[in-house]
Amino acid sequence: MTDLAIIGAGPAGLSAAIEARRHGLDVLLLDENAAPGGRIWQAIERRTAKDKDDTAAQATVAEFRACGARATFGATVWCIEPDGSVFWSAGGKAEVARAKQVLVATGATERPLPVPGWTLPGVMTAGAAQILLKTSGLVPQGRVWLAGQGPLLLLYAVQALAAGGRLAGVIDLGAAGAQRRALSHLGGALRAPDYLRRGLMWRRKVAKGGVPWIRGRDLRAEGDGRLARIRFTDVHGERTEAADMLLLHDGVMPSVQITRALGCAHRWNTAQRSWAPQTDAWGRTSVANVVVAGDGGGIGGAQAAAISGRIAALGIAATLGRIDDAARDAAASGLWREQAKHLAVRPFLDALFAPLVPAPADDAIVCRCEEITAGRVREAVSLGCLGANQLKAFTRAGMGPCQGRMCSATVCEVIADARGVAVETVEPYRLRFPTKPLTLGELASLHDG
Amino acid sequence: MSLTSVPDGSMLARPDIGTLTFSFDGAPVRARPGDTVAAALLAAGIVTTRTTPVGDRPRGPFCMMGACFDCLAVVDGVGGVQTCLTEVREGMDVQTQHGARVLHD
Repeated sequence: MTDLAIIGAGPAGLSAAIEARRHGLDVLLLDENAAPGGRIWQAIERRTAKDKDDTAAQATVAEFRACGARATFGATVWCIEPDGSVFWSAGGKAEVARAKQVLVATGATERPLPVPGWTLPGVMTAGAAQILLKTSGLVPQGRVWLAGQGPLLLLYAVQALAAGGRLAGVIDLGAAGAQRRALSHLGGALRAPDYLRRGLMWRRKVAKGGVPWIRGRDLRAEGDGRLARIRFTDVHGERTEAADMLLLHDGVMPSVQITRALGCAHRWNTAQRSWAPQTDAWGRTSVANVVVAGDGGGIGGAQAAAISGRIAALGIAATLGRIDDAARDAAASGLWREQAKHLAVRPFLDALFAPLVPAPADDAIVCRCEEITAGRVREAVSLGCLGANQLKAFTRAGMGPCQGRMCSATVCEVIADARGVAVETVEPYRLRFPTKPLTLGELASLHDG
Repeated sequence: MSLTSVPDGSMLARPDIGTLTFSFDGAPVRARPGDTVAAALLAAGIVTTRTTPVGDRPRGPFCMMGACFDCLAVVDGVGGVQTCLTEVREGMDVQTQHGARVLHD
């Protein structure tokens, strides 16, 4: 039996693996991608370091490669059982390993921004475009629009310009007054001034790059068979612009698919308007032997995620009796101090980029898989539907292959708004394993050994 | 609804078109080693990989991280493949997926 199985090879998972190996744990790390790095450090081994963050990331990945953890890439985890059995598929074959402790480090996913027409080919997320830039060197040309809000939107614009890309414009959908509200959290942000300095530098670079920055609302994507134009309202009124690509973004939220399927208790984070597993200081969840690290436990960014991975590994090493509690606490005290510094900026960022409360137009699709519009959800509520799980019976929303990843947040918001209740009182979709679809052939291959 | 597999201009581009060749709906597409199928298609200006089982509407890569299941295609005869998680290989046969995955014997 393996001491520790880690799901996810981003900053949290890699740092946890390195720390756990220092204490002699036998570590198995599984990740869906072809190489370590997660989203933020994707393809970092193949890229040339551009700044000190890249250099540090490369050092962490190199340390991980040498740390003696077993790693399987291209591995999609689809089930974790209470006895610590972790099931995954890689290359069309399913496998299983048993672990004493499981660390879920599955990071974040982009919050859906369901504008009408967002299902048209040619509409993607800003995160998707950033992955394409990092992994395949794809640079935006032609009429590529960015829309929404959040640090990643800005960062992508800066990275795209630096790579020689052209952007048609940024449509800032952020709420009026968010900047004023954020100012009350400036004190915390100044404890880690690097974040502020960088944010301001990014804004300057986008402005210097000649990219129009437009405050807008009521965005729509239109086209016959693929994106052709966007419509939105700015200070002057309604505008129509030709568009080849539209890249949407409204921040990120914890990826809770696995922790929810495991039955871990979750809490509502009002500032980040999302659910996250409830954990103690060591990342331990309400389910025995299941630990969480990184953005999957609440959005804190890459630096905080790496630190939380190390803290979680120390806790696990103590749980398994490899170090005593005194050694664990001594090693963690400096990490907690450092983490607090990185997290100090969050209230400011959470206020500045407060998630847009989605009030999608009736004709906007909210469930992309089953093609269910916001209007259909509202109609179901008017017929007596009270929650997201009931909505499945009314409409099939959330029952497609993505298993609600793309619509759970929106559906809960639309139901809450239609019923006039707080969104956290609407239970999200109940999740069950397998959390990713698998074929019967894959399942059968488990017995082939 | 007809599918456009010929781009009206590449929106996400790069100078180096790559050394690998695979096919999309029978037409040759160039790719760089390490590309995912979805990335290579987008680099070639192809934004649509499937039509939906529900409304027969075109869809293509959206999240690029395995979450949305919109970039599904038929890869080497296997349907329902997430092209954003599948690395492209020389000679790979990629086809538009029409509606739901078709079961083979």
